[in-house]
Amino acid sequence: MYGLGILKGMAVTMKHFVTSYLDDIFWASRGGRYYNDDALAVRQSLEGKGVITVFYPEEKLPVPERFRFVPFLVTDDPPPGQKWGHEWCTSCGICAKVCPPQCIWIERGKQPNGRPKPEPEKFFIDIDICMNCGMCAEFCPFDAIKMDHDYELASYNRTSAHIHDKERLSKPLSYWREIAPKKAAAEAAARDFAEESKKRKKAKKGEDDGREERLAEVMARQLAYKGAQY
Amino acid sequence: MSEMTLEAPVAGVKDHSPEATIALLKERYPEHISDDARDGYEGIIVHPDKIVEISRDLQSELGYNYLASLTGVDLIDDNKLEIVYHTASIKHGGNPLVLKVQVDRDNPVLPSVTPIWPGAEYQEREAFDMYGFQFEGHPDLRRILTWDGFHGYPLRKDWREPFYEEDNKPFGSRWPGGEVFRAEERNLYGKNVQYPAGWMPEGDEIEAETDSYAGITYSRDQSPDIKTEKVTINMGPQHPSTHGVFRMAITLDGETIMGLKPVMGYLHRNHEKIGERNTFIGNIPYTDRLDYISSMSNNHGYVLAVEKLMDATVPERAEWIRILMVELTRIANHLWAIGFLLNDLGALQTPMLYYYIERELILDFFEAASGSRMMCNYMRFGGVAYDLPDDVRGQPVMKFLHDLIYERLPKALNQGDQLITGNEIVRARGMGVGYLSPEDAIAYSAAGPVLRASGVPYDLRKANPYSYYEHLDFDVAVRYNGDIYDRFLIRVDEMQQSLRILQQVLPHLEETEGGAINDGKPQYAIRMPKAGEAYGRVENPKGELGYYVTAKRRDANPARYHVRSPSFINLTALEKMCIGHKVADVVAILGSIDIVLGEVDR
Ligand code: SF4
Ligand code: SF4
Repeated sequence: MYGLGILKGMAVTMKHFVTSYLDDIFWASRGGRYYNDDALAVRQSLEGKGVITVFYPEEKLPVPERFRFVPFLVTDDPPPGQKWGHEWCTSCGICAKVCPPQCIWIERGKQPNGRPKPEPEKFFIDIDICMNCGMCAEFCPFDAIKMDHDYELASYNRTSAHIHDKERLSKPLSYWREIAPKKAAAEAAARDFAEESKKRKKAKKGEDDGREERLAEVMARQLAYKGAQY
Repeated sequence: MSEMTLEAPVAGVKDHSPEATIALLKERYPEHISDDARDGYEGIIVHPDKIVEISRDLQSELGYNYLASLTGVDLIDDNKLEIVYHTASIKHGGNPLVLKVQVDRDNPVLPSVTPIWPGAEYQEREAFDMYGFQFEGHPDLRRILTWDGFHGYPLRKDWREPFYEEDNKPFGSRWPGGEVFRAEERNLYGKNVQYPAGWMPEGDEIEAETDSYAGITYSRDQSPDIKTEKVTINMGPQHPSTHGVFRMAITLDGETIMGLKPVMGYLHRNHEKIGERNTFIGNIPYTDRLDYISSMSNNHGYVLAVEKLMDATVPERAEWIRILMVELTRIANHLWAIGFLLNDLGALQTPMLYYYIERELILDFFEAASGSRMMCNYMRFGGVAYDLPDDVRGQPVMKFLHDLIYERLPKALNQGDQLITGNEIVRARGMGVGYLSPEDAIAYSAAGPVLRASGVPYDLRKANPYSYYEHLDFDVAVRYNGDIYDRFLIRVDEMQQSLRILQQVLPHLEETEGGAINDGKPQYAIRMPKAGEAYGRVENPKGELGYYVTAKRRDANPARYHVRSPSFINLTALEKMCIGHKVADVVAILGSIDIVLGEVDR
C-alpha cells in the first residue's frame, strides 16, 4: 500500500514520543528527570531512555579521567598560607619540542653562576593555539604537565587573556589527584617503582650484572607509559 | 566508455602485479621508462612525452584502470618537480603501481592525464595550484584551493607562509629562551606576506572571479516551446545544505541543472605544508582535523604510512584495538552521514537525532579511551597511545562494548530501517537521482560508498588488506543502482558488516587483555632510520584515504606529506551526477556523497 512506509516511520516517532513521557513519569517519584544527579547518570548511558538532552550549563556530564583540555603545571601541595608548592617542572623542554602547534614557551631557569637550573623561569602556553592534543602531558618525563578538565575558558578579551603564564598554569598535585584519581595513583606507583630500581642500581654499582635492574627499569617505564590501567 | 574499464582483457597477461606490469611496459617503451632508483623508492620514472600513452595502456588494457592518487613533489635539490601517480587495479586489487614524471622546476610543463582519467581533473588543478605545474590538455586549469588572485605556489619548498618562523619544528624560539609572542601581532599588513612587486588592491581582481563560471557550458534551445532563461547562480558558500563553506556555481535552465562547478578552498589551511614543517609525531593530531567525523581512521592511515617508512611492528593487542576504533568510527560516520542525508531530503532533524543517540555512545567510548570525543589523537607509530579504559559511563569497558555492539547498534539500525527504508518520499527523491555508472565511478576515481553503490565492489580492506583485515570475515557491501537511494542503503549495509567485524574483534580483545599496546618505548623525537617513500592507504568511511609520505634519512620531518582525500576526489563526479536534475536534487546528491570540508580543503 502506498504510504505504508511513511506510516511505519511515524510509528517509530510515536514510540519515541510516548517513551519520553513514560520516562518522565518514572523519574517523577525519584526526584525528577532533570537537575537530578541520579537521573543524569543514566540519561546518556546505555540504560538511557527517552529524551537524552543534558541541560548545559545547569547540568554537566562528568568527563572521564583521560579527558584533555588545556594543560596545567603540577606543583607540590602548597605549604600553609601559600597558593602552590614547589614546581615539578624541570624546564627540560621536551613538551615545548613535542608540542605540535608550538604553543609552549619556556625560559629555562639559571643559577647565579649561569648554569641551567632545573626550574622554569617563565612558562607560557598560548591557549588559542593549543590544540588540546595531550602530547605534552604524554611525553613529560617528570609528570609535571597534565591535561586539565576545566573546559570553560571563554573570556571577553582574546588578545590579553589567552596567554597563560606560569602563575595561571600552576595547580597543586591535590587538584590532579582529585580530577584523575586512578591515573594519578598509577603514575605515583610508577614513579616509586622507578625510584626504587634506581636506588638498587646505585647500591649495586661496581657489580657487573645490572640486568635485573635494567629490566625493572624498563618495566617501570612501560608501566608509566601505559599509566597501568585507569 | 566500453566494458574495457571494468575488465582487464589483455590476452596472455596472467600476472597483474605491479612488478609484472612494469616489466611489460618496459618492453613496450624501453626508451622512456627507467626505474626509480632512489633509496627506498619504488615504481618507475616515465618520460613526460609518453605519460599519456602509458596511462592509456594501463587504463584500457593492463587493468590498472583506477587512478588512486596524483600529487606533486618539489625536488628542490635537483631543481625538478615531480608528479607521482598511484594507479590501482579495481579487478585484481593489490598494491598500487607507482609512476612518476619529472619536469624542470622552472618550466614544469607536462601533458594532462585528465582525458584518460577524468578523476585527475581536480588533483591536477591542485598540483597546478600548489606547485605551478602546467598540464597541457587539461580542460579547466585554474587554481582550486587558493583564490584566483593568489600569488606563488605554496607547497614549493622555498615558499614561505605568513607567520613563517623556521623551516622545521621544533622552533628554536620556544626553549630554552622562550619569550612569548603572538604571531599575528608581528604580521602587520604586508610585512610577512608576499605580494607581487607593485601590487596594490584596486578592485579589478573581480575579473579573476568570473573564471569560476568559464567552464560552464550553456546549451540553448532545449525546450523550444517554453520560454526559459539560463541563469548562473551560486549555492553557498554559506548555505545550510553544503555542510560547511562550499560553493557550487550552477547554471540552470529553468529548474534544470545544465552545468555545475564546485568552488572550494574556503577552509584551506595548507595542511600539507604544515605537515612538512611538523615532526612526524606532531602530524598525528593534525590528521584528526581532516575529516573530523572520523579522526580514528585518519590517524590509522597516517601511522600506517610512517610505520612502512620506519619498519615498525605493531603488537597484536594494538592491532585489534585499532580495528575496534576504526570500525566504530565507520558506524559513527555513517550514522552521521545518513542523518544529514535525510536532513537534506527534508526530514529535518528527527531521524538524524535518533541516529545520534547511538553515535553519542560511540563518542563517549572514544572520549574515555583517548580523552576526546572527536579529536582522538589516539594512534602512535607502532601501536596506540593508551590501552582501553577501565569503564565507560559507569560500565566496565568490555560490558559497554558488548552491549553497544550486540544490542544498541543493531537496534538502532533496525529502527532506522523501519523509519526510512520504506518511506515513499525518500524512495521517490532518491531512486534514479544522481546516477553514476560503474564505468564513470571508476573513471572519476570515486571511492568508498559512492564507488560501491555504483556496483563496483572495491574495498581496500579486501583489495589491498592492511592491519588484521585478512583474518576477519566480512563481505564487501555493494549496490548496483548508483543513485542516492543506493548510497543510503550501502551505508546501512556497511554498518552491518562493521558490526560483524566488531563481533569478531571483541573476543580477541579479551584474549589479549594486558598485552603490549605499543612496540617499545614511544619516542617523541623520531629520526627516520632510512630514506624512502610510503603510501599508506586505508578504507576510511568516505573512501580511500591515502597518505603519501617521503623522508630523508635521519630527518625528523617528512620531506613530502600528501593526503589523498576521498571527500575532495569524490567531488570530481558531482557535476556528472547532477546534470539534468533539479536544484533541489543537488542538495541531496551532495549529501549522498558525504563530504567533510575539513578534508576537501585541507
Ligand atoms: S616536559 Fe615536563 S619537565 Fe620538561 S619542560 Fe615540559 S613540563 Fe617541564
Ligand atoms: S596539549 Fe598539545 S597543543 Fe596543547 S600545549 Fe600540550 S602539546 Fe601543545
